[in-house]
Amino acid sequence: MSALASSSSDLQKARFEHALRLGDDALILAQRLGETCGHAPTLELDLSFANVGLDLLGQATLLLGVAGEIEGQGRDADALAYQRDVLAFRNCVLVEQPNGDFARLIARQFLFSSWQLALFQKMEALPDERLSAIAAKAVKEVTYHERLAASWMARLGDGTEESHKRLVDGLAWSFRFVEELFEVDATIAPLVAAGEAVDVSKLRPEWDARVAQVFAEAKVARPKPMRVVMHGRTGRHGEHLGHILSELQFLQRAYPGATW
Amino acid sequence: MSAAERAVGPVDPVVTRILEVLSVVPDPEIPAVSLADLGILRGVEKNPAGDYQAVLTPTYSGCPATKAIQDSVRAALDAHGLTRIGIRSRLSPPWTTDWITDEGREKLRAYGISPPERGVGQPSLRAESPVSCPRCDSTSTEEISRFGSTPCKSMWRCLSCLEPFEHFKCH
Ligand SMILES: [Zn+2]
Repeated sequence: MSALASSSSDLQKARFEHALRLGDDALILAQRLGETCGHAPTLELDLSFANVGLDLLGQATLLLGVAGEIEGQGRDADALAYQRDVLAFRNCVLVEQPNGDFARLIARQFLFSSWQLALFQKMEALPDERLSAIAAKAVKEVTYHERLAASWMARLGDGTEESHKRLVDGLAWSFRFVEELFEVDATIAPLVAAGEAVDVSKLRPEWDARVAQVFAEAKVARPKPMRVVMHGRTGRHGEHLGHILSELQFLQRAYPGATW
Repeated sequence: MSAAERAVGPVDPVVTRILEVLSVVPDPEIPAVSLADLGILRGVEKNPAGDYQAVLTPTYSGCPATKAIQDSVRAALDAHGLTRIGIRSRLSPPWTTDWITDEGREKLRAYGISPPERGVGQPSLRAESPVSCPRCDSTSTEEISRFGSTPCKSMWRCLSCLEPFEHFKCH
């Protein structure tokens, strides 16, 4: 009886962690993209990044809302976004990386969106109808994010000597963070076994093929293997996340409960 | 009869009344069309406890108008004494521009916005089918920007009459 009880509470905790991971990825990348507002190379890209960020913010609101419902402690999406500290965030470290130059931003967006698209397509079959509905809604949005980033990968990589070099540098910076996207750790494994979460390790072949295709169009080589950085899912983040949160959460920390 | 009415059965007079009241609520960002024209008003449901709820669906996950839409639906219901009617949001199946009614498409065109093509919206970087100018019907047009004044519209120019116009993107 006690073993059963503990296993069911483990599953419940895993469900919460699962929704948090999905929501925090979207929230933190939305915030990063928000930083480009007014700073993108062209007006159209400025609008594109702002709108990609807006899509992600909408997804984050929905996913964190589900996380709050699962937790059942009365926390809604706003409470989860504004009232947690760095150690409680579960986003992958890829999305918290600074924007860098335009090429690095594009590299990060392509690596993330191609993974998120593959994930959300599989999530449409999850038994939790809240998650499958959010994924089905978001697939249409992420399809555009991925194509936007892939088209700029090709334009930069197959552009000038300078744009090619910057894309190669941007990929070299970002690539060490992708292993984390495909890891099924001990927290999430019971949920994967129960069929309630997508086995992200199985997304790898499809993602590798897509990445290889776009890298070929961009005339860039796959970055050499390097020391993997992987700790965001357990709450151990780089220094960057603290700076993101200091901006994201400033208002609610300075004026708790403020509304307009 | 709209799809919304079919879904709940047109015989319930309360449902008919709610749909009647809500059928004229305009979209906050494109006031020329109603929420019903856009397919954002998904229908009216009655739960087992006997409570009625107007069901809305967001266009995009992050559509900034979602809150404004709920507020205007609330205001319309309250103004007609339907204060006890609830409002709920439903994501599934996801909204598509195919749900925009024929009447809604005509209203968009008359308002100067080229309506989306029929067929399940396939997001793409470059529009594949020709977009016709809402002023002169010419299909000799070009996209200027993927995004316009709202996330759901792109900016175009007509190469025949030279007027700029907005296009409601397929989604
Ligand atoms: Zn024209």
